[in-house]
Amino acid sequence: MSPPRLALSRISKSFPGVKANEDVSLSVRAGEIHALLGENGAGKSTLVKIIYGVQQADEGSIAWDGEPVAIASPKAARRLGIGMVFQHFSLFDAMTVIENIALGLDEAVDREGLKRQVAAILESYSLPLDPEREVHTLSVGERQRVEIVRCLLQKPRLLIMDEPTSVLMPQEVERLFQTLRQIASQGCSILYISHKLHEIKTLCEAATILRGGRVVASCDPRLESTTHMAELMIGAELRRVERRPAQSAGAVRLEVDGLSLPGDPPFGTDLAAISFEARAGEILGIAGVAGNGQSELLTALSGERPVTRDGAILLDGRPIGGLGAGARRSLGLACVPEERNGHAAVPDFTLAENSVLTARHRVPLAPLGFISAGDVARFTDAVIKRFDVRTTGPSAPARALSGGNLQKFIMGREIGQEPGVLVVSQPSWGVDAGAAASIRQELVDLAAKGSAVVVISQDLDELLELADRLCVLNEGRLSPPRPVASLGIDEIGLMMGGVHGEAPPAGAGNHA
Amino acid sequence: MNSVILVSIVMTLVAAATPILLAALGELVVEKSGVLNLGVEGMMLCGAVAGFAVAYGTGSTGLGLAAAALAGIATAMVFAVLTLSLTANQVATGLALTIFGIGASSLIGAGFVGRTIERLGPVFPEALAGHPWLRVVFGHDVMVYLSLALVLAVSLFLRRTRPGLILRAVGENDQSAHAIGYPVIGIRYAAIAFGGALAGLGGAYFSLALTPMWADRLTAGRGWIALALVVFAAWRPGRLLLGAYLFGAVMTLELQAKAAGIAWLAPEVLAMAPYLATIVVLTMMSLRRGAGRLDAPACLGKAFTAS
Repeated sequence: MSPPRLALSRISKSFPGVKANEDVSLSVRAGEIHALLGENGAGKSTLVKIIYGVQQADEGSIAWDGEPVAIASPKAARRLGIGMVFQHFSLFDAMTVIENIALGLDEAVDREGLKRQVAAILESYSLPLDPEREVHTLSVGERQRVEIVRCLLQKPRLLIMDEPTSVLMPQEVERLFQTLRQIASQGCSILYISHKLHEIKTLCEAATILRGGRVVASCDPRLESTTHMAELMIGAELRRVERRPAQSAGAVRLEVDGLSLPGDPPFGTDLAAISFEARAGEILGIAGVAGNGQSELLTALSGERPVTRDGAILLDGRPIGGLGAGARRSLGLACVPEERNGHAAVPDFTLAENSVLTARHRVPLAPLGFISAGDVARFTDAVIKRFDVRTTGPSAPARALSGGNLQKFIMGREIGQEPGVLVVSQPSWGVDAGAAASIRQELVDLAAKGSAVVVISQDLDELLELADRLCVLNEGRLSPPRPVASLGIDEIGLMMGGVHGEAPPAGAGNHA
Repeated sequence: MNSVILVSIVMTLVAAATPILLAALGELVVEKSGVLNLGVEGMMLCGAVAGFAVAYGTGSTGLGLAAAALAGIATAMVFAVLTLSLTANQVATGLALTIFGIGASSLIGAGFVGRTIERLGPVFPEALAGHPWLRVVFGHDVMVYLSLALVLAVSLFLRRTRPGLILRAVGENDQSAHAIGYPVIGIRYAAIAFGGALAGLGGAYFSLALTPMWADRLTAGRGWIALALVVFAAWRPGRLLLGAYLFGAVMTLELQAKAAGIAWLAPEVLAMAPYLATIVVLTMMSLRRGAGRLDAPACLGKAFTAS
């Protein structure tokens, strides 16, 4: 039997105050799709950074095709044939897609040749993407495609995928899986990091489960139950989202009436006469692929972009279209945007300061304009405890938190204000199973207390688990809501994908 | 008669614009790599005094220019070591570098005050360079042509070449560039050295070409104009050229107006004109492009530490 493509033995890595990896061993065979499972902070990212040469292990050794190797840099990793799709995209916002791809290559390729190669990959994997667009105009889903294409160009022998499906819709996930299987069948190994256990069950042949930096189990995910794997991962029994018994819908809390808004320049989607209502005690789900008006809808509801007609948005029957974000919060409409760092939180501010920024409208954190340090610390501390945010305390800067932990904090900050209406985009993007379950439970509980909750998400499983009624946002138009109980997942997938129409051909932007 | 005045105006404006253009072009590359070096004025002065001293000692303006570039690089390296290797604050270090440059050039130049050297002459033979109107094209010294060639070269480098792409990437997102595997610190060292060389040459243009005589604080704050031009030109070499020449033009007109004795305008207002005109024109150009588009390199002025 040939040696494994990649074998880690007894890898340890410490940071000041934390043991990120301890005595981790795993091996990936040629052509194997191997899952790396674990909660946020379990040490997956550190391990992967060691494999990709971003960081060096304190102890332990790495063997590549049976030969011991030292991977000193990402360049060295790529020379071995290791490619990686990062969870936090390593993209350059002010540059075009093609420039971003060129930067990921180790040697210069002439522009026209690169364009042809990119177009070929985009076509063979049916990924719609315009190579000439600047990255800051792309949705999160489109940005990920840039990362994937960048990697595939290098014809890797081991592909590391860090939570690649978290922003894809079901059809795209299926297509990605076909692609990954195709890549694996050609002999390339895949190290697949995810916390979506059913995906791992359908895709992966082997799994290594990390907890607290150590390997707690290795298994064949096709033979294990998802519940068992999740429990191994979090080291406790998994909390199921407890739905309250079906109740009669309450009063209308949020009403949107014929909301039209031009898209964010230059590539935004125009919102066309959006109408819906969210009632007390219900969760309304808005499905759809990113880039179909989700960010425009969120900024219109939050008050970041003014709506010319006051009556286009009604909160508890009161027209609020002309009000700004702060005034809307005071009246009880809270919003959580998709992008955590930089939009929902200021990365260089502490958690306490980030609390003040949005919560002061409903919680007396800054009476008379003076920040009350004690109240802020108490409020922040309560959020950290209630939502199990893994951090050193209220004085930790927001950027020091992992994506999942920051999301827990932001959700906690908004839910802690007990808003009458909560609008949230991608509530559990990049959050592990245990934390996602607790965030969803909090949303359900908030609705049960009489708030109306609007969840904008690309994750259908999440919407089906949470929402009472579901509608689809597609090219700026909102479908009429339908009760979730009456819908099958295929039907929703068709609503999203079928209505969306064919993607433009990959080479469409390939001029000049 | 009019054409004679026009030719002389053009000659003066080019001469006035060239040192600013050189220094600003260097700073543009530095800022594109994500580093804000406010020490341009200091590096210019060090280049000016080194260039003058060597040209005075050897009698060769060519050696003087080389010495100026090296002095600019040496000064810039002080900044680079402090900000890149020791992650000192870039704004504070840059300001300190300017103060250092003023002091150092005063000290070194103390013995040269009032001495003169031979002025940097035109490149082309007298038949062309002395021609009544062909000298608009052929009558300039080597630094004018070099600065114009550098505008084109830097523009092509940043837009069309792979090293230029990598340099922009480092300025745009240093963490991502590091994650992909580019040597962020090394690239920034190189950019700062280039910026230092051009600032040194820009400074030497004062002491070797404009006023071939040493005087204290010879550059008279032009380093700050260069810094401002980079921002108002939205980090584009082409607009930098426009801005520098516009500044030179209005400054020349101001001199002409003074000479003509225009009484109804206070001389202070005339003195303000070059600055105002440059800012107004470049700001209007920025406004016309799509709103909300950020031109500044995203990592400008932030210290980088590998994570």
